[in-house]
Amino acid sequence: MKPPRFDYHAPESLEEALDLLADSGPDARILAGGQSLVPVLNFRLARPGVLIDINRVTGIAGIGDAGDRLTIGAMTRQREIEVSETVARAAPLLHEATGHVAHLPIRSRGTIGGSMANADPAAEDPAVAAALEATMVCRSRRGERRIAAAGFFVDVLTTALEPDEMLVAVEIPKIPAGAGAAFAEISRRDGDFALAGVAAQIALANGRVSDARISACGLGPAPVRFREAEEILLDGACEPAAIAAAAASVAAACDPHGDVHASAAYRRQLAEAMTRRALASARERAGGSA
Amino acid sequence: MSDTRSVTVTVNGERRTGEAEPRLLLSDFLRETLGLTGTHVGCEHGICGACTVHVDGEAVRSCLMFAVQAEGAEIATVEGLADGETLHRLQQLFSKHRALQCGFCTPGMLMTALDLVRHRPDMTEAEIRSGMAAVLCRCTGYEGIVHAVAEYASGGEA
Amino acid sequence: MTATSPDGYIGRSVPRREDRRLLLGQGAYVADLVLPGMVHAAFARSQLAHARIAAIDLARAAAEPGVAFALDGAALAREMPPIGGMQVTAPKGWAERVEHRIGLPPQNLMASDRVRYVGEAFAVVCADSRYTAEDAIEAIDVEFEPLPAVVDPETAKEGEILHPDIGSNAVAELHVEKGDVARAMAAAPHRIRRRFRHHRYAAMPLECRGVAAEYDRRTDSLTVWSSTQVVHWVRKELAAALGMAEEKVRVLAPDVGGGFGGKGHVYPEDLIIPYLARRIGRPVRWVEDRHEHILNAAHSRDNIHEAEIGFDDEGRILAFRDRFVVDSGAYSPVGAGVAYNTTAHLLGPYHIENFSGTTEMVVTNKTPNAPYRGAGRPEATQVTERLMDIAADALGMEPAEIRLRNMIGPERMPYAVGLPYRDGVPMTYDSGDYPESLRRAVDEIGGVEAFRARQEAARAEGRWLGLGLGCYTEGTGVGPFEGATVKVDASGKIVVSTGACPIGQGHETVFAQVTADAWKVPIEDVVVLLADTSTLTMGYGSIASRSTVTSSMAIGDASDKVKAKVLAVAAHLLEASEADLELADGRVAVKGVAEMSVTLREIAAAAAPGWLSRRPEGSEAGLEATSYYEPPTVTSAHASSASRTPAGCGSSAMSRCTTLAGWSIPGSPTARSRAGWCRVWAARSTNRSNTTSRASC
Repeated sequence: MKPPRFDYHAPESLEEALDLLADSGPDARILAGGQSLVPVLNFRLARPGVLIDINRVTGIAGIGDAGDRLTIGAMTRQREIEVSETVARAAPLLHEATGHVAHLPIRSRGTIGGSMANADPAAEDPAVAAALEATMVCRSRRGERRIAAAGFFVDVLTTALEPDEMLVAVEIPKIPAGAGAAFAEISRRDGDFALAGVAAQIALANGRVSDARISACGLGPAPVRFREAEEILLDGACEPAAIAAAAASVAAACDPHGDVHASAAYRRQLAEAMTRRALASARERAGGSA
Repeated sequence: MSDTRSVTVTVNGERRTGEAEPRLLLSDFLRETLGLTGTHVGCEHGICGACTVHVDGEAVRSCLMFAVQAEGAEIATVEGLADGETLHRLQQLFSKHRALQCGFCTPGMLMTALDLVRHRPDMTEAEIRSGMAAVLCRCTGYEGIVHAVAEYASGGEA
Repeated sequence: MTATSPDGYIGRSVPRREDRRLLLGQGAYVADLVLPGMVHAAFARSQLAHARIAAIDLARAAAEPGVAFALDGAALAREMPPIGGMQVTAPKGWAERVEHRIGLPPQNLMASDRVRYVGEAFAVVCADSRYTAEDAIEAIDVEFEPLPAVVDPETAKEGEILHPDIGSNAVAELHVEKGDVARAMAAAPHRIRRRFRHHRYAAMPLECRGVAAEYDRRTDSLTVWSSTQVVHWVRKELAAALGMAEEKVRVLAPDVGGGFGGKGHVYPEDLIIPYLARRIGRPVRWVEDRHEHILNAAHSRDNIHEAEIGFDDEGRILAFRDRFVVDSGAYSPVGAGVAYNTTAHLLGPYHIENFSGTTEMVVTNKTPNAPYRGAGRPEATQVTERLMDIAADALGMEPAEIRLRNMIGPERMPYAVGLPYRDGVPMTYDSGDYPESLRRAVDEIGGVEAFRARQEAARAEGRWLGLGLGCYTEGTGVGPFEGATVKVDASGKIVVSTGACPIGQGHETVFAQVTADAWKVPIEDVVVLLADTSTLTMGYGSIASRSTVTSSMAIGDASDKVKAKVLAVAAHLLEASEADLELADGRVAVKGVAEMSVTLREIAAAAAPGWLSRRPEGSEAGLEATSYYEPPTVTSAHASSASRTPAGCGSSAMSRCTTLAGWSIPGSPTARSRAGWCRVWAARSTNRSNTTSRASC
């Protein structure tokens, strides 16, 4: 389990990195936190000819406040997001989800950009991006492209990024006043890949649901919003019956796969349970009474 | 095709330099190049946590980093924990609570626990269990480990 | 020097000797060994379950930069014999008492003409680093012709024959019976027949396996470090395969990062790596990576049982029949031992007069099957205990009650089971109060009635609670033997070496406790040498949770021999009668006259050969003895466990109560073994350093 040989570059500026990416062609891979890429290199399942390590690139890490949204640099470590008070306040869904990302030593290296660009169906960050309609800020030598989360995650480990493009930032809309968010997840051991995880954010106005966001990880090839379930909640009080109906809707609409860790049927059952838990917490945090 | 380059790191307070191919994992650099075999390799894909070391003060999996990425970094390994002949307080507590048997996961346990307690000093027992799930132990059943970390956390930094 | 503990060390919690080095990162595992001029081995392993090797060419691999040597399985097979058969031991009594047909297939050290499971090695490369060795593996040109893979053990007999020399995929069949099952089953008022599947397991120690070897041309000798539980066994097979004297082969297990049975037999790599070291004249190290380990280190369990019981209205089991198939994988490294272990444990703590157990072992295109924790026992317990629950359910009876009605009561002890054990000796449960054990376990979780009330209340709220019971009786401290050498060296320290190979249990501490008490010396004065064939002529190893029992007995026996000599020399020095002497605190003194004493160091000097020797006329020089302890058979241990759900929620979700069988019954044939068990049990339980905690609470 030793990685194959590759050419290694560690640019220090974004321009340099984008030049390398453009010049290296499809044989190049970007090395961000490496917590997903290095394992597949060690197994020799991936064998890129060129590795562009962006850990020393300046200006693509950090959490910025841009009014109605947070701009989070692609190289921002998940550990920094986990402890950021700004994130906890303005994007509590991301805050809670990040706590479910693997283990602390993985979050020390893992980055939000890497997680988005890797697009693992079991990953938490893409689910949050889908629920909150985050915007992916992508750069190439050709310029900047802004991609909505809904169009960014295409399939298992597949995104809309072109080979010469690099994700440089993620824009996360802030949670509106009167809204609550929650992330619920089940894994075989704390920190393992999610068997199923559900992200929910509920906004209440005068006790009625004015906005509902539900997405999931581990329950389909790419994260999507569960519109039908959201519709069930809209304008209602998000009472237990509505939550149950929404949960049933998520369970019916999701597209889980079965593997050695859990059958598809079990994952579907978890989808319902996790949706119920996430919605109940989100509603409570939004200020709705139980 | 593949070049080697010189990598200089500070390990346990000592400046060390070694040659590394870019693909050389930090775990192998520490173990094979620098001879620091206290850091163990259990799975080489980030699952077991035995290889956990501190890089610039934070716990990381050394099997999921290349040595060249650690250029200039401060690295702490299990070999640097004791103060001369005196075991670090967490090491003492691991022995007291029978938190080790075969000892293979122990370096990763210690390095993970130290960072975890620093990261969240006020952990509940459930949070300690969740946090220490980062490292796999096949012998102990974790009870002793949890007790050792809990006692360490309750006493703060030694 | 610390004084001897007045109460002894056994039964007391003492600091583990192993801890300091392991906590400091100063342990030394195989992967930590660096030998001058060492090369690193990597294996090419099959990615197909079953295929013929049509062509293989190592030329490109051998030409890769940094490659020192490359070898394929066919070339190796021309120089080294297969590993098959040699590890299989069927005790004489067993062969006489168990109907059996065994035709286990030999296993070439590497696949030479066909691969039979994913992960089977077919070539090996040695290079200047593991990285380059893996590069070279990718440069091997090999052509496979896929064969149909046999994956279902129940239809394996109709599948492609894995081993044409054996002629069938059904490689073994075993049968034992007592009473008249057919008659009793037919006459039983109730019958239940169920199918049970016990899936594959893998031991998965945190440290994978690994072997390093160095050949010394000058002395024509090999030193081998293996992450194994059986150094003497490795030496035996290796010396035989290489045609070397055993004394020219030294096998050591350095620190071992867990084994759980998975490192309890000889693997091909244990022979291949030393062969390579001798062949190429450079030290070779192979460190198994996790991917290899998952594919290639032995798996275990994997049974399908068709079991039937007949019982009456009161829940008494009248007949029990079990026929099961064991999926052995492509080879069966330890023969029929595990499979028969399952049969031998099916009756468990219950008195059942009519029983029949039939086992079929089949080969399939999977990783070989070998012992892992319990080695056949959990498979048996699953079947028997599930049948108890199902029968209770059928009768509307409490699961605890049906067990109590069938359990062997203390008044029946010692109890002749009516079947031979795996060692061939007719099984006798020596002692114990099984019903009391179950009652205590159930009491500890608050009793059945209280649970049923809670269960009913919870069900009304839509929550489902469960109560689980599990009882077993097992043979422990199995033979065939273990050895120990004990000596008082010139420093006056007690030096013990034994065949136990620690894998995390704390053997260094346990045997220091046992020895310090045997000699009444401070524990610091005991030197324990383990897992090194150079310190003991014959040893067996650490498998089957047996080491504390068997090694301690050998240490005790050898100590007795040396102590007799120590007293004889001391009597000579003190001009006193041996009967008036006592050994304590590292010296021998005349009873009641403390100033009339000699230290062990002085006695050792007096016993030494040479001009300065002061030993009694005619006595042999030196203070050293070796003993081999051969337990007459196993002792029986029992446990009952009760757990209620929701597990992990709230407090005391699980509670176990154990009664320890095996307390000494003087005069019975196994009293000696039991005494040993008792003595060392105390050391194990209070030292809390045992890996298996098999019968602990």
